[in-house]
Amino acid sequence: MAGQTAIGLNHYLMLSGILFTIGMFGVLTRRNAIAVLMSTELMFNAANIALVAFSRFVTPAALTGQMIAMFIIVVAAAEATVALAIVLLIYRSFKGINVDRINFMKW
Amino acid sequence: MLYNAWIIPALPLAAFALIVFFTHRNRAVSAALSIGAILIGFVYAIPVLFQLIHNHGPHEFYFTWLDFGTWHLQIGMLLDPLTAVMLMVVTIVSSCVQIYSLGYMHGDPRFSRYFAYLSLFTFSMLGLVLSNNFAMIFIFWELVGLTSYLLIGFWFEKKSASDAGKKAFITTRTGDLGFIIGILLTFYACGTLNFGEVFTKIETGIFAGGLLTAAGIFLFCGAVGKSAQFPLHVWLPDAMEGPTPVSALIHAATMVAAGVYLVARILTVYLASETAGMVVAVIGITTSLIAASIGLVQNDIKRVLAYSTVSQLGYMIMALGLGSFTAGTFHLMTHAFFKALLFLAAGSVIHAVHTNDMQEMGGLGRKMKITAVTMFIASFSIAGIFPLSGFWSKDEIVAATMGHPVFMVLALGVAFMTAFYMFRLCFLTFTGTPRDPHKFDHAHESPRTMTYPLLFLAFLSVFAGWVGIPWLPHGYSSFVYHGEPHHAAFHFDIAGISLLVGLSGIALAYLMYYRRSISPDKVAERFRPLYTLLYHKYYFDELYDAVIVRPLYAICDFWFWFDQHIIDGLVNGAATLTLWWSIAKNWFDVKVVDGAVNGAAYTIRGTGSILRFAQTGRLQNYALIIFAGVILIWFLR
Repeated sequence: MAGQTAIGLNHYLMLSGILFTIGMFGVLTRRNAIAVLMSTELMFNAANIALVAFSRFVTPAALTGQMIAMFIIVVAAAEATVALAIVLLIYRSFKGINVDRINFMKW
Repeated sequence: MLYNAWIIPALPLAAFALIVFFTHRNRAVSAALSIGAILIGFVYAIPVLFQLIHNHGPHEFYFTWLDFGTWHLQIGMLLDPLTAVMLMVVTIVSSCVQIYSLGYMHGDPRFSRYFAYLSLFTFSMLGLVLSNNFAMIFIFWELVGLTSYLLIGFWFEKKSASDAGKKAFITTRTGDLGFIIGILLTFYACGTLNFGEVFTKIETGIFAGGLLTAAGIFLFCGAVGKSAQFPLHVWLPDAMEGPTPVSALIHAATMVAAGVYLVARILTVYLASETAGMVVAVIGITTSLIAASIGLVQNDIKRVLAYSTVSQLGYMIMALGLGSFTAGTFHLMTHAFFKALLFLAAGSVIHAVHTNDMQEMGGLGRKMKITAVTMFIASFSIAGIFPLSGFWSKDEIVAATMGHPVFMVLALGVAFMTAFYMFRLCFLTFTGTPRDPHKFDHAHESPRTMTYPLLFLAFLSVFAGWVGIPWLPHGYSSFVYHGEPHHAAFHFDIAGISLLVGLSGIALAYLMYYRRSISPDKVAERFRPLYTLLYHKYYFDELYDAVIVRPLYAICDFWFWFDQHIIDGLVNGAATLTLWWSIAKNWFDVKVVDGAVNGAAYTIRGTGSILRFAQTGRLQNYALIIFAGVILIWFLR
């Protein structure tokens, strides 16, 4: 396997960083509430990749990173449920889910 | 029997309480209670009198009321002949007056209250004569004063009546100040207030000298006020404003008799101190002269009688001052009966013609036979005509002045004036032609409740004095005496002179007011200044008004001014100051404190109105700021 570069920790972190940036970009720029939610899922998973990668390369014996990742997946699922319910109610109230228009929480 | 003598005053007190608390709505029951109580008291007083005749005593019953360390204040009864006589007099006169009042006060809106007062009055007087010490006698003394005030001012709707009540109360209170000083002096000297113990101290010489004289004169002040002696006699004629039966009771048995009784009760003091005794005698004869001379010219039938009372009281006081216990108390008794009769008869006349002015009467004898006859009997008695009551007692008094020529001459002069004004009253009222035909036509004899007491008192006016006929082996002088019984020999010369003087007074009145052979008007014209002086009662009221009442008003006016301007000024000034201070504080509160608070609020609101623009409500703005923040932290790291 010479010449072949082994996939190391840095690659995983780069992947994680790219995913996180895309997610961040989506959260900040998308107008559709569902798209914003999806972008946050991207950011979660970027964090998950970073956690699992660290766990794998820094402390291979313990599975602490994987544990936290599992937790995040579960909590994110629950959070997505609540968030989608809120989006549904917003849709009913505002006849739309454009995040820009939902500014009734201002002063 | 004697021990239970407290029942006599207790009955009228019970009647008073029952009327006031229970029966005052029922007039008949109230009157019956009052009259019943005094009649039972009278019946009970008879055996007490006989027991005391049998055994003179003095009998004393008491219990300790208050303990002051070594000294005890007692409530008790002293029963001796003087008490027995007073019990009889008070119960008899009070009974007659109360029965008479049934007719006289008939139809009065405060009928029940009137009888309640009469009962209280009688209770006070009976308690007074039964008292065995100075403290107790003072209490009853004041009760007598209170009830007389209530009764004199009974028709208080009339201003003159309420004024007369106040005058009587305040004037007698002036004397009572002296009385209480005398009591305190006595207590200071003797350490006891019991009569018997005080007298023992005097007789043994422990209580003597200047202190005794001072105490005697101060104690006499009380009697001066109560018995209307000069110079405190002014209240008694005004007391005529009360209902006439009350006048009879005040003048005969209760109020004014209390003063004479007091002097008689403490006669030991005046016998021991010659100066005090002389003061008493001089005051007595002065009063007697002044009042008798005023009585000569008055036209109000009741006022004549009032001055007559003052004059006769002066007589008694003089006799007591000269040391004649028997004469003074004897005249007190006979006087009580005929003076009660005179007042009740005068009341009967007033009841018939509804006026007090003798100049509007005349000829009433034809219409009011019983009243006229009894009035004449009483007048003969007071004039000292043989053989009526007044003759015997007046003779005793004149006999008491033996050895004091000045007193004797003056006393005879008073006797002359007494006879004159009494018969002037009788002739003006009952004989001649009616001077007011209208009133004469409406006049009628009074009902039996009024005439029967008159007849009974007329009987007593004739015969009561007979107990003092000097030849009687067990007469008045061997019953009521001080020290040793003295059987005053009957002085035919004195009796003759006093009888002659009395008859000449009657004769003069007869000539002037019956035959009209001497014109009263011409006499008045001849002695115009004297007549005016007498008619205005020596200007005593005016004098007191100028010397006491007006300065008092002036002082009151001054203090009123002081109160209005200085005291109120201070109070108002304090209020104004407080007001100004409050205004200043209000300004500070509104401007400074509120300004600070509002300023803080405005500042916060202003800041908030700027900062709130950061809260856009847009989710992505917030997220962007978080992101920017994270980057900022990264670079600041």
